[in-house]
Parts: sequence; structure tokens; C-alpha cells
Amino acid sequence: MSEYTISSSPHIRDGETIPGIMWRVNAALLPAAAFAVWWFGVPALINMVVGVIFAVASEYIWQRAMHQPVTAFDGSACITGLLLAMSMSPVLPPYMVAIGSVLAIVVVKQSMGGLGFNIFNPAHIGRAALMVSWPVAMTTWTKMQDMSAGVDAMTSATPLNILKLQGYDALLSTFGGQANLYWNMFIGTRNGSLGETSTVLLLLGGLYLIGKGYVNWVVPVVMIGTVGLLTFVFGPAGFFTGDPLFHMMAGGLMLGAFFMATDMVTIPMTVKGQVIFAIGAGAITVLIRLVGGYPEGVCYSILLMNALTPLIDRFTKPRIFGAGGDK
Amino acid sequence: MFRSFLGGIHPHDGKELAKDKPIQVMPAPKELVVPMSQHIGAPCTPCVKAGDLVKRGQLIGTSPAFMHADIHAPVSGKVIRIEERPHSGRISCPAVVIENDGEDSWADGLPLERDWRAMTNEEILNAIQSAGIVGMGGATFPAHIKLKPSKPVDILILNGAECEPYLTADYRLMLESPAQVVEGIQILARVLGVKRSVIGIEDNKPEAIDALKKACAGIGIEVATLKTKYPQGAEKMLIKVLADREVPMGGLPMDVGAVVQNIGTVAAIADAVVRGVPLTERIMTVSGDAIAEPKNLRVRIGTKYSAAIAFCGGFKEEPDKLLAGGPMMGMAQFTDEVPVMKGSSGILALTRRLTEHGPEMNCIRCGRCVKACPMGLVPSMLSILSQRQDFAACRDSYGLMNCVECGCCTYICPAKRNIVQYIRNAKGFVRAEMARAKAKEAPAKKEGAKA
Ligand code: SF4
Ligand code: SF4
Repeated sequence: MSEYTISSSPHIRDGETIPGIMWRVNAALLPAAAFAVWWFGVPALINMVVGVIFAVASEYIWQRAMHQPVTAFDGSACITGLLLAMSMSPVLPPYMVAIGSVLAIVVVKQSMGGLGFNIFNPAHIGRAALMVSWPVAMTTWTKMQDMSAGVDAMTSATPLNILKLQGYDALLSTFGGQANLYWNMFIGTRNGSLGETSTVLLLLGGLYLIGKGYVNWVVPVVMIGTVGLLTFVFGPAGFFTGDPLFHMMAGGLMLGAFFMATDMVTIPMTVKGQVIFAIGAGAITVLIRLVGGYPEGVCYSILLMNALTPLIDRFTKPRIFGAGGDK
Repeated sequence: MFRSFLGGIHPHDGKELAKDKPIQVMPAPKELVVPMSQHIGAPCTPCVKAGDLVKRGQLIGTSPAFMHADIHAPVSGKVIRIEERPHSGRISCPAVVIENDGEDSWADGLPLERDWRAMTNEEILNAIQSAGIVGMGGATFPAHIKLKPSKPVDILILNGAECEPYLTADYRLMLESPAQVVEGIQILARVLGVKRSVIGIEDNKPEAIDALKKACAGIGIEVATLKTKYPQGAEKMLIKVLADREVPMGGLPMDVGAVVQNIGTVAAIADAVVRGVPLTERIMTVSGDAIAEPKNLRVRIGTKYSAAIAFCGGFKEEPDKLLAGGPMMGMAQFTDEVPVMKGSSGILALTRRLTEHGPEMNCIRCGRCVKACPMGLVPSMLSILSQRQDFAACRDSYGLMNCVECGCCTYICPAKRNIVQYIRNAKGFVRAEMARAKAKEAPAKKEGAKA
């Protein structure tokens, strides 16, 4: 009818796309993932591959079955599978990873309406569900050489486990002193979930995302900062005796703060809201680590804050231009 | 230096296509189509009939309504028809079709050179009104009405931002005729009695800034450099940046003591007052990646897009979209038969390379639209609620009616959501609802008056 295409303005668009964003987030995870393969070996690789394949495949099958447009290859299912595997033990049987991936995609993401409509981070729910179903397997870690000098024994405890069960001094002696502890935590040569150990490589990926503008730096900074501050204040030997550096690099905090507390779908949209989210997530993490029954709390703290996100969004709407009040 | 406004975007400005092309006079074509609605307000009724001979500048359309702007013959010649013709803003509209006799002879008494300093404010306003001048940036609000604000104003802001990509007409005007622009500003400043006049120009136009700084030296008109950011030229943003005042929600610039005029309007006002000529031509940009030779043209009102495009060498590639105005707020056209009007700032022909984007997807809550919205809205929520037909929530909880339809949100959205379109739907619904409510109220009031 018309010689020209008719549509509403604007007529030009920015080049950024959802697959563009999602694949770059995957790329940001790669250094830490590669490190995991080097450090934990082939089981880590298998778990990550299984996580990704099952996440992408279940999304593909769901979308085909429901006659929806197929977006399984937009990179977001890949992130879910990868993050799920990275946030669990490298020696977890691969079939459990597969089940977690399918749960995450089908129950958390697609049945809620697909990408954008899920309230919770799919990988986190997948992990939490596995935790409930197979608590023992989920907390069985790699056996590795005890690093304390002179003791030729094997241990399968994560640093946070040691801290929780044996105390700070035991932690120091396991690693052979504070400097060694920090160094190993920084590089990633320690026990734990397969993708969470390398502080430096997670930082690198996180900085890339911040540089790209996909992540607002306040989220990881505030969340990690909150954990550091609170763990320092509420130390084992009274106020202001904690070891914030250790806590900031321990457990899944780096992975969670840079890659999960920044999952745009499940966190508040305004900076104000994101700060509230990050403080809450950091505080709940510390609460669980220091008071709760689990050695680690990053996953649950982010899930709890995910639940609060709609509420936070409602109360942190930007000020409308011309509405008076603060400019 | 100046406070900026929050939000905004940085699209590729495409101005390199036409920026260095001096304004070229396009000869008036053989046939001109002059729509009777070229402004905000009541459409005009033709005051000529088929067969009449008209002179350039002769009144051919007017209206008894307060809110309108008179329309004049852009050439001398013969009225051959009055009929519905395609219109760039409303599909079609009655238009006076004039056959150009090529003489270009002015109506009696035109042009009328005069010294505006010797004129009273009343005379100047009358001159502007009878010249039929409207906001030439595209808003098309009748200028004489804007110049009689019902509230005291103390600052006149001149919009030289030209923040729409591809458009370079105002830029060329500032560069080539700074004296005319300055004269127009002086006229307006006197009529409005303002203390401060300031021209805002984006910093991607340093030559225009220089030219106007020179022309304004020593006469008390400020030239302010603005950050290049879309929509820097939006009235509310300009006032915020240049006067640090915020037009209240639902309010007008005069509510904060400001009047904003576009550079093209100011030049037309100078023409109308000093040379006494009505608005019969304008400067516009014909550009886009499908146009063979992008140009800035001085073109008669009523020139068909097809003629202007042919004058610019035609299409060098097949265009996907033909736009009236810029790519951010302009309107897509069905046909190149539409004529140039008073508010036509540009004709753009864009190929698929520029207009194509992937299919619309779900909102991923990335927040980019929230960050980009200069009005402080949450465009993602507006679009989702509008899709769910929850228009009341759009209006009551998310400030729907504050949206200026600048398009920043849609531009920046990685999910390629047509947010502005959803917002327009919601606004349309809310307006219709308000109209219905009013209609219900009116008879009730009348009865109350009787009793
Ligand atoms: S079009 Fe409306 S909602 Fe979108 S950015 Fe502009 S003012 Fe905000
Ligand atoms: S930019 Fe698009 S995807 Fe991002 S929050 Fe806004 S509407 Fe959603």
C-alpha cells in the first residue's frame, strides 16, 4: 500500500541487543571458568558443559513445544547453565547439574513468562533446589592437599567451612599464615565451588561488564563493601576484630556480587534501588555466615533480595521532571 | 559550567551529510500544494477559490478561531483546485493547489521594508500574526500567541541546539545569517520585555557558536555552549540547563518565566517584521543515506517532497523510510506527495541499514530506558502496563502524561521494544477517557445553571 515503511518514531535504534549483552556476560565469566578447569580439572569442565547444554536445550524444547519464538540461543540460558555449574562443587555428579539447569530454565524462567519475567535468578533457584534435594552431595568438596606446612594430609573443607567449624586460627594454620591465605584466596587456589575461587579473574570479568555499562559498579562495590564492613565490626574476638579481606574473597561473594547481584532481570532498575539491594544482600550474607547454620549465604541473600525487588522498585521510582522536591 | 539535565542519549548525528552544504535556493516548482492545517490549533478555511489568481504573500487561508496562524500563497499564480491532499502529519487535509506562473510577483504593498525600532510592540505583534508565523522547529505553535504570555517572563531562550540527528538547517542559518537571527532576537526581547536572552547551541557546532558570538558581541545577548546530547533542544531541557528552572509537571515555560523560540522561527520573525513579508518559504534539510546529494534548501511552502528530493539528485538507494522531520521525533510518510509545510524542518530518506532492528522482545529490566528518560519516568513499566491495557496505572502511578515522546527510551532499548508507541496508545486512551468525562460533566453543569 505504502511505498515506504510506516512505524512510530523513533526511526533509528541503538545497536545494542539482548544477545549482545548476554554473550558478553558469558565472555566475562570465561576467565574464571577457564581457571576452574585448570585448578579442579576435567570434572569442572564436564559440569560447566553439562550445565550449559541442559539449560539451552531445555529452553529450546520448551519454546518449541509452547510455539514461542525461540530465543534459546540469545546467551541468557547459557549464562544460567554456566553460573549454576560455577556456583556448585566441582565434584557434584553431572546429572545433578543437569537437573538443576532444567529446573532453573523450566520452573524459574520459562513458566514465569520467559526472560525478563522471572523474579528470581534462575541459577540461584536451581542451586537452592539441589541443596534441598541432595544436601550431602552439594556440600562435598574436592579433596586437596592440606597446605599447612609439614602436614601431609588431605582435606575437603572450604575456607569458610574451616572458619565455621575450627575457627580463624585453624584457617590461618591451614594456609600457612595470613599472607598465604590472602594470596591463595586472591588467585583462586583454594577449595570451594568451581567458579567462585579466583577473586582476580572474577574481578577482571566484572570490570569488563562495568566498562561495558551492563553493570553499575555500585552494586558489587556496595555488596562486597557491606560484607567487609560487617565482618570486620562483628569479629570473632569482639567488635572490630574481624578479617574483612578474607570474608570479601571467601565463598561465592565475588561471583555473586559481580554476576548474580547484577543480573538485570532480578534486581532493581534505579541506582537508588540497587544500592538498597546491595546493602541488603551484603548484610544477609554476613548474617548467614556469622550467625546462621550454613558457612555461606551469598545465594540465599541474593534470592531474598530478589523477592524484595518489586517492592524496592516501587519505592525508588525516579523523580519525575518538574515534580518539585530534590533536583 | 551549566547544569545538565538527567538522562538523554548520544545517537550518531549523521550531520556530516549536509553540514557543509550552504543553503541553496530551490526554485519554486510548477505546482504547489498548500495545506490548510500547518499549525497547532484550528485549521484554516480557504479564502480563495479555484480559478482565482493569487500573488505571493496573499492571504489564502484563515480562521476565526483564536488559536490558528494565517496561510499565504507561496508563489504567484492560479488556484487550480482546492481538495484533500496527503499531509505529513495527519494522512490528508484540504489544500489549496496553486499553479505557479513563474512571475513570483508579490502581493500589493509587499515587501515592506521598515525599521522595527520605530514600531510599537502592538505593531510588531500584529506583523508577526499577519505573517502567519508558527514554531518552525516542528512544534508549529502560533508565534504571536506564544509572544503574549499570560504570566510575566524574564528570560528568552533561543533554541539553536538542533539536537535531532541529520538536521542541519538551523546550523546553516546561524552560520550564514547571524545578523538576521540576532535582529529577530532583539525584536522578541523587546516585545517580551525580558532582561536576559540566551542562545543555546550544542558543542558539536563550534562554527555556529563563533558566528553568533561575533554577532552578539556588545549587545547583551548571551551565547551558551550546550553539551551535545539528545534531547538538548527540548523546551523543558533547555530551560533547565540555561535558566536552572524546572517547568512544573503539566506546566508551560511561562510558568517559570521563560519563553523558548527556535532559531528558524526567530529568523522568520525578523523577515516578517523588518521586510514585512509573510511566511512563504523556509529552510530545511533534505538528507539521509538514501539521498544522492543531501542539501540544505530554502524552499517554498507547498513544495512536494518528491520535487525537493529530485532537486537533491533523487534517491541513490532504495529508502525504507521517508520521514518528515528528524529520525527521533519525525513522522514516517506513506508517500512523497506530501508537501513542505511551515513546520517541516527536514525530509529524510533512510535505508534499511539505519532503520532495521530485530524483533521486539520481552523487557529484560536492564534499566537503560530509565537512565535515558529526560523526564524521570520508568518507560519500561509504562510500556508493559500499556500492553496490559492498565492505562489507569500508567497515568496514576507512572506519570504517563509527562512523557514528551522524545524517543530516548525506544532508541536505547536492547529488547527493541516500541515503548513510545505503547505510551502513545495509553495517552490516546487516557485523553479519550478525559474527553468522555468532560462531555458527561458539561450537560450536568448547564442544568445546574438553569436551576
Ligand atoms: S519518550 Fe517519554 S518515556 Fe521515553 S524517554 Fe522520552 S519522555 Fe521518557
Ligand atoms: S531499555 Fe528496554 S529492556 Fe531495558 S528496561 Fe527499558 S524497556 Fe526493558
